Amino acid sequence: MNPRWRNRLIAGLALAVLAGGIYFPALRRRIRRAAQLQAQSVEQARRELLNPAIGTPGEPREKTRLFWASADADGSLNPVTIELPLSNDPVLRSKQVLNTLLAGPVDAELRTLPPEASLLEFYLLPDGTGVADFSEALANSLPSGIQSEKLAVDSITKTLQANVPQVQRLKILIHGQETETLAGHLDLTGTFVVSGGAVADPAKLTPATSPGKLSPPEKKP
Amino acid sequence: MRTTSCVLILAATAALPFVSQTGQQPSGAPATPTPQAPAPLIPSPVQSTSPPQKAGLQLVVLDPAHGGTDPGARGTGGIRESDLVLNLAAQVRLALEKQGFSVLQTRQGNDNPSLDDRSAMINAQRGAIFLTLHVGSTGLPGTVRVYTLPDSSAAPGAPRAMLPWDRAQTFFLPMSRKLADLAQGELSLRFKGSPNTPLMAPVRQLRSIAAPAIAVELSSVSVDDHNALDRMVPGVADAIARAVAAYKPVYDSVPIGGALQ
Repeated sequence: MNPRWRNRLIAGLALAVLAGGIYFPALRRRIRRAAQLQAQSVEQARRELLNPAIGTPGEPREKTRLFWASADADGSLNPVTIELPLSNDPVLRSKQVLNTLLAGPVDAELRTLPPEASLLEFYLLPDGTGVADFSEALANSLPSGIQSEKLAVDSITKTLQANVPQVQRLKILIHGQETETLAGHLDLTGTFVVSGGAVADPAKLTPATSPGKLSPPEKKP
Repeated sequence: MRTTSCVLILAATAALPFVSQTGQQPSGAPATPTPQAPAPLIPSPVQSTSPPQKAGLQLVVLDPAHGGTDPGARGTGGIRESDLVLNLAAQVRLALEKQGFSVLQTRQGNDNPSLDDRSAMINAQRGAIFLTLHVGSTGLPGTVRVYTLPDSSAAPGAPRAMLPWDRAQTFFLPMSRKLADLAQGELSLRFKGSPNTPLMAPVRQLRSIAAPAIAVELSSVSVDDHNALDRMVPGVADAIARAVAAYKPVYDSVPIGGALQ
């Protein structure tokens, strides 16, 4: 080959490698973002199919504060305000905000609860104790660890605190049963003070109760 | 497996119908409580009528969490919390023994004693503290957090001096906090990005420990290579050993087994 053409060929190849080097990371980022968006839309469609919206169109839209993980990954929560049609009934309202919390933020990395989990039922006892019954996926699919489990419970309690003032404490059940821990670490045998985050309220703990049974509501003097 | 777990829990309950301040089972205690019976009560150390006994800190009970069929947190690279904490416990043990402490482990191999069995191991000891070791799934890689139980009060319906044995940690919370302060202080010096002060979380394992007790959690199994976690182990072991050594005079200054009220 003519040395002149060979040099041109080498220069052309070098330019192509350089352009690829610059373009490749951007392409990777774009593909990852597209995959993320697709996963989210599939998940959203599944959720809408399985859990039709509880709110009726006539309900007024209210500013709702939802707590998801902070982007700093430091174990803290970040409040996000969105507008949602919310019921005045505290039970329906609790279901609405918890279902929205479960649906997750736009950035899936900031989730505090696994996408497979769902809220099966929510009850409110006369003493202000909310009972949230989640599917088994909450325990099985949540990343195990003290921080991750605390973050999950904190996001639930703080979201309820911000939006449903009638709920003063929270009992978490998994598929209708009381379980000892959430995913191996956090104690689920007691109730959580809704106003104080994932702090088990030992005054409300129920010693020696059978699994799945709750202590009777406190009698007011 | 479920039956075995139930038997183990019942066995632990039967072994600890009453936990005295010295951790010894008093004679004449009921042998086997029925599952429906209220949880046995333990006397408050500070309410005891017997003269306080001085038992300096001699023993550290290390609890490598999970094990057996429970791998704990799992990373995408096949990293298992149960394996990592066993290695960590071995290193912490060496560091503590160098400081002159005796060390007992709740498990030595790939078995999984129940949470109550692990509690029973320390509740039968005098002059001991409890450290449960974990590696989480989340958090900034290379950071370490120390946890104690949140503030608590006596269980409902129980006399002021008595508490169900599975809430035994209540008596020891102030001393657990002091230990946690020292441990987190040492760890935050070595691992940048770790919190400067300990955190509180209702960790189930801590609830039934009748001694100063903390949980230590490293971040995290999400790293690609377990060498990143292995490199943390000597620093964590050294920090914990130094914290326990600094804690000994605090523990020894409290008359009864580290319980403050």
